[in-house]
Amino acid sequence: MTVEFRLPALGADMDAGTIVEWHVQPGSRVKRGDVVAVVETDKGAIDVEIFEDGVVREILVQPGTRVPVGTALARIEADGGPAGPTAAAPGQDVETPPAVPAREAASEPRAVAAERAVATPAREAGSRRKISPAARKRARELDVDVESLQGTGPDGAITLDDVERARPSAEQVESVRPAETAETAEAVAVPAVTAGEPGGGMRTAIAAAMSRSKREIPHYYLSTTADVTDVVEWLRAHNASVPVDERLLLAALLVKAIALACRDRKGFSGYFRDGRYEESPAAHVGVAVALRGGGLVAPAIMDTADKPLAALMQDFRALVMRARAGRLRASELAAPTIILTSLGDAAVETVFPIIQPPQVAIVGAGAVVERAGVVQGQVEPRQVVTVSLGADHRVTDGRLGGQFLADVVARLGKPDSL
Amino acid sequence: MNREQLAARVLELVTEIAPDVDAATVIPGTDFRDQFDFDSMDTLNFAIALKRDLGVEVPESEYSQLASLDKCVSYLAPRVK
Repeated sequence: MTVEFRLPALGADMDAGTIVEWHVQPGSRVKRGDVVAVVETDKGAIDVEIFEDGVVREILVQPGTRVPVGTALARIEADGGPAGPTAAAPGQDVETPPAVPAREAASEPRAVAAERAVATPAREAGSRRKISPAARKRARELDVDVESLQGTGPDGAITLDDVERARPSAEQVESVRPAETAETAEAVAVPAVTAGEPGGGMRTAIAAAMSRSKREIPHYYLSTTADVTDVVEWLRAHNASVPVDERLLLAALLVKAIALACRDRKGFSGYFRDGRYEESPAAHVGVAVALRGGGLVAPAIMDTADKPLAALMQDFRALVMRARAGRLRASELAAPTIILTSLGDAAVETVFPIIQPPQVAIVGAGAVVERAGVVQGQVEPRQVVTVSLGADHRVTDGRLGGQFLADVVARLGKPDSL
Repeated sequence: MNREQLAARVLELVTEIAPDVDAATVIPGTDFRDQFDFDSMDTLNFAIALKRDLGVEVPESEYSQLASLDKCVSYLAPRVK
């Protein structure tokens, strides 16, 4: 069975990538999880893995070429297995919501790209009109017929703005958006503009994702103050008693607490796509990593709830280092089902976190600070941290959000159970 | 290892755990945190690298001794074999 290996989408904010190098050539044997190509994206260089066992038949895209997500990069002769949906045939039912790219992705007998590309040009080959993925998606949401539009982008490409202008007039009010959003859409529609320019490209990608988030997601925000005096003491004692490479950070405890809370409470770990919410079977907690050159990435610690703290911390450390070296894996960037953004090192006390679509929740943590607290009627100095939640009203309400947040804090307070 | 060699080695380790830091721009007397946002994760990774590479295990309570390149050298010099 020949399958196409496609450029995977790396979350909401990546539309294209430039092939930097291939680690394989025609005739190479590959197995699931092998890194087969390096792709330069707005989030830095990404190692792209294959989710197929087989033999490379043909390389379709040469290094130096920038292509949209979903583009077939190579053809693979896959080993055995039932013939699944492989190459996207014109006219394929594009409305089928893609599966949540959780564990199933690895067991599906096809390239991960086919799994994750939400709305790629290749899948929608039925249409010959040039249109950016963002514009196409918006057109679907607004029920605008793209065939009827006059594109104002390069080569007559239909831009997000063209789609917005064509929406039914009753909704015109909301379509008045800041100029930079329009520019963002244009930049996304025109490949090559942002290629190989880390700061600028990433900023554009972040702006696009956050604009979409603020436009589409009805956020609600909650925050609570967690007394972590005992946790800090637990960490101090733990870290003094183990070898240096087994020391833990408070953020690792928080990541685990979030994953466990997600396991027990629905509505915070998953994706909202095509008008409905899909809970992810496993929580992959993403950790927001600030890059020193500016910018931000949020790769996932896979299957977070199943990992003992030591293993989780090890993954966490490696992830941050690789994020800063620009060597993340495509699967790590695409996988988060919920994110932790911790700004404790920035001496921030409260974070008002913005959801990264298509996710539906994000947890924020500030710095651990000493405050006067009351314990059994006595005022004493306590170590506290403000933990906050940004969540999606299309899926949950404040009451459920509050229970979720309280659950996270309660688990954080019992590090021995994490 | 003399102080200069030690400083060079420490600098290598800093750029190893923080690949986005340019070694040429590091100012020896200024705290890493102020120069390039060294955070708690960086400090932990740095401590692990020091143990692995120089055999020095720095207790968490003494992390402040690693705040800058100069401080690192002063702290590590008597401890490196």
